Amino acid sequence: MNATPGGADPALWLPEPWRIERVRRELSDTFTLELQPTAGGAPLRFLPGQFNMLYAFGLGEVPISISGDPEADGPLVHTIRAVGPVTEAMRRLVPGDVLGVRGPFGSCWPVSGAEAEGCDLVIVAGGVGLAPLRPAILHVLRHRQRFGQVCIFYGARTPADILYRHELRRWRGQFDLLVDVTVDRATQDWAGRVGVVPRLVEGGGYDPQHTLALVCGPEIMMRHTARALLARGVRRERIHVSMERNMKCAVGLCGHCQFGPHFVCRDGPVFRFDVIEALMTVDGL
Amino acid sequence: MVEIAGLDRMLLEHPFFAGMAPEQAAFVAGCGRNVVVEAGAWLFREGEAADQFYLLRHGRVTLELRAPGREPLIFDTLGEGDIVGWSWLLPPFCWSMDARAQTLVRVVALDAHCLRDKLDSDPALGYALLRRFVPVMGRRLQAARLQLADLYARPQGGRG
Ligand SMILES: Cc1cc2nc3c(=O)[nH]c(=O)nc-3n(C[C@H](O)[C@H](O)[C@H](O)COP(=O)(O)OP(=O)(O)OC[C@H]3O[C@@H](n4cnc5c(N)ncnc54)[C@H](O)[C@@H]3O)c2cc1C
Ligand code: FES
Repeated sequence: MNATPGGADPALWLPEPWRIERVRRELSDTFTLELQPTAGGAPLRFLPGQFNMLYAFGLGEVPISISGDPEADGPLVHTIRAVGPVTEAMRRLVPGDVLGVRGPFGSCWPVSGAEAEGCDLVIVAGGVGLAPLRPAILHVLRHRQRFGQVCIFYGARTPADILYRHELRRWRGQFDLLVDVTVDRATQDWAGRVGVVPRLVEGGGYDPQHTLALVCGPEIMMRHTARALLARGVRRERIHVSMERNMKCAVGLCGHCQFGPHFVCRDGPVFRFDVIEALMTVDGL
Repeated sequence: MVEIAGLDRMLLEHPFFAGMAPEQAAFVAGCGRNVVVEAGAWLFREGEAADQFYLLRHGRVTLELRAPGREPLIFDTLGEGDIVGWSWLLPPFCWSMDARAQTLVRVVALDAHCLRDKLDSDPALGYALLRRFVPVMGRRLQAARLQLADLYARPQGGRG
């Protein structure tokens, strides 16, 4: 799925300037940028799960998943959590400011291939992990008739940390989706579920034998969710997770993102669980 | 008698007791009664005697901890098919948290004194019941560990 095997295409080394059209404050530390190319031209084509390298000029470049609709002609959308110098600087950007964009890179969620056709889909996201899954969800909604049951399970730290709250509410109102949200802790004003997200998987709503699972969030959350899915009878090779490692080149040349025998930028970020399961518990990888 | 016959069927339909020998279920059902709890009402409070064991049939229950100067913290919710509480099994038989009905709740409440006597007098039943408890406790312990890890806390990772 990598855009350029071996990173040979020089165009992918050069950040293109994109102008911020709109900024949405999602959570206290999380925001969404909508971008348009300064030079005009066609929207960026990407597959659900792929990422771009975003360059805050003079500061640094970071990998960020694309979280917009892969089939719409709208702006390029990225949801970013400010955790360090580069993402903090991005949080301060306002409409009219310019970012460098390289991409798209990496593998994708297997929602458009034969593998997903007719299957039940279990989509499990934790925290900002909902952002890389959003394009897959939008794809599934657009082609709803191609899938069996579709379950979206989402976990956040507290009710105040629920990302895409309005969208989740809208999806929850659809008759052909099972959407369940849980938080790790809450106070009385929360009338929903409390508990960790792998527990939602235990509740069912899908046929494990014919399920394709997409999981994105902190690594511990993904491991435990995968185990809960396995315990329900979902097959290892039908579980997909999205990995994060620090990146530099994003085209499989520098080795910065090495994860055992894999380069996350080129072979991932979306991996089949059976391919990387053993690596996920190796210290220091 | 009629109520008890209904209850043992209810027990066998509940995931916690599913697959249990019918005579054992009938024996346990002798300790039970159906209870409806209004939304907002307590099932039990921390420090009270743990004299009931609840099988949730309908609705949702919050498990809460109180700390001075803080709003009560909800750390878990339990729903249909779950069990509520095991403090009735372990001395000093005293609840270590609060449990409140978040919605209207229907439970089978099993009297803990009655049940403990039956488990003591029938080790096979005691073993059958403990075998059902251990996986539930294991899962909840695992979940508590994950909550303790504070998965989505800020500095640990980009995405959390
Ligand atoms: C393929 C891919 C897709 C991503 N998609 C998104 C996204 O959609 N939205 C988003 O907000 N973030 C995403 N990230 C994470 C994002 O790249 C990092 O948060 C960012 O690089 C942090 O850069 P910084 O300079 O602001 O902070 P840094 O100083 O680099 O990091 C700040 C803190 O976060 C930790 N950290 C940084 N990156 C990671 C990581 N990848 N995994 C775990 N811990 C990390 C560091 O150890 C440090 O403690 C993605 C990462 C990858 C590899
Ligand atoms: S970031 Fe350079 S090889 Fe992956």
